[in-house]
Amino acid sequence: MKQLSVNNLSLVFSFALVLIGVAISEREKLGLTKDIFYSIARAIVQLVIVGYLLKYIFRVDNVILTSAMSLFIVVNAAWNAYKRNPNQYKRYWDSFLAVFVSTYVTMGVLVASGAIKFVPSQIIPISGMIASNTMVGIGLCYRNMDQQFHDQHQQILEKLALGADTKLASLPILRASIKTAMQPTIDSAKTIGLVSLPGMMSGLIFAGVDPVRAIKYQIMVTFMLITTTSLGSIIAGYAAYKNYFNAQAQLING
Amino acid sequence: MAILELQQVTFNAIGHQIINGVDLQVNSGDYLTISGPSGGGKSTILKLIATLLTPTSGEILFNGQAQAAYQTTAYRKEVSYCFQQPTLFGETVQDNLAFPFTVREQVYDQGKVQHLLDLVDLPEDYLTKKVTELSGGERQRVALIRNLIFLPKVLLLDEVTVGLDQANKAIVKKLIEQVHTDGVTILMVTHESDILAQAQQIIWVKEGRIVDETAISE
Repeated sequence: MKQLSVNNLSLVFSFALVLIGVAISEREKLGLTKDIFYSIARAIVQLVIVGYLLKYIFRVDNVILTSAMSLFIVVNAAWNAYKRNPNQYKRYWDSFLAVFVSTYVTMGVLVASGAIKFVPSQIIPISGMIASNTMVGIGLCYRNMDQQFHDQHQQILEKLALGADTKLASLPILRASIKTAMQPTIDSAKTIGLVSLPGMMSGLIFAGVDPVRAIKYQIMVTFMLITTTSLGSIIAGYAAYKNYFNAQAQLING
Repeated sequence: MAILELQQVTFNAIGHQIINGVDLQVNSGDYLTISGPSGGGKSTILKLIATLLTPTSGEILFNGQAQAAYQTTAYRKEVSYCFQQPTLFGETVQDNLAFPFTVREQVYDQGKVQHLLDLVDLPEDYLTKKVTELSGGERQRVALIRNLIFLPKVLLLDEVTVGLDQANKAIVKKLIEQVHTDGVTILMVTHESDILAQAQQIIWVKEGRIVDETAISE
């Protein structure tokens, strides 16, 4: 296997790429320079910490530590999904439940089928991959839902007035929001190999693995992401629509 | 016995008092017309009765029991609210007329729907008509029969004839008269002078209060 050779000097040179972004921001007066430097600094700090932390966890190879790290990823993904919800009556536990269940059901199937082993070098990256995709899907679900509750306010009121329960009144919104959450994953699955060589496959090829072997992992990832996005968005959607109603089945701010 | 009773009902929203100590008794079979200046709280009274809003204080009784004693969805099937400028949902007229059956988990009854379409002078082929192709009057007629597929005990009508031409208004008025004859208690908010002229009992609402009640003897 050919060794990767990213040394500190090549990293410094690659920083020039950031300067191109800064130059564009300055020239076009986008006002993003501060934001670019802040995000780069934050990414470097986070990655350095994660790099050393993962090195330690991989070396120790302890089940509890691996599980704790995976759970840490889930908690953070749920927090970020929660923050993306524009509804002022949102609840963190809706997001946590969605990310937790979708991540660990998918992981459970992968481990049980022998596709991955319960070792930190496999569990932690896969947790991150699943949780981050669920997070994005749930965020889309929340935003779409909020927009539609706003746009279809009168329609919901009329359904409630006709005696519909809150679930029946919200059903078209719920379906549309779950569909919106899943669409990017489905679309990207359609173009894999034609447009994009996704992260895991690229990483394996980059590290010298035979592309035919690498695609098997990518196929697994594709299965995994479709499952996790659908599970996550369904759980989050069915939990989140309730936050638009009060105990008297009235639209809050109705 | 009163079918509806409002006892010292107040309603506040965003720091403003919209309804201010309203007392009202409605007997079964009444046809009550509510009128008054815009922004006076007429529609809010209907929404409070329909449980789409909850009083800040006071109580609303239905058949002698507080609203809270009823399951909300069951209550709303008995006390049905028809909106001013209603929205039709789904794609076709049938999507709207099938909804009350879905709500009650009942099989769609074509005969029942057909009978109501006849009452509002809409032909059967309207069932497949797209809601976006309906005129304002047709839209209001479909919305009204959507509330009447299963007859409620109380029908709350919020300016349902506003903006309708004379022909559409006559059809809607005839349907309301018909359901009233069938025993449905009617509370109707309106500004329209021709409807007020024919009303038996008028409640005048201003600044969140009932300022006058007029009973016109037959």
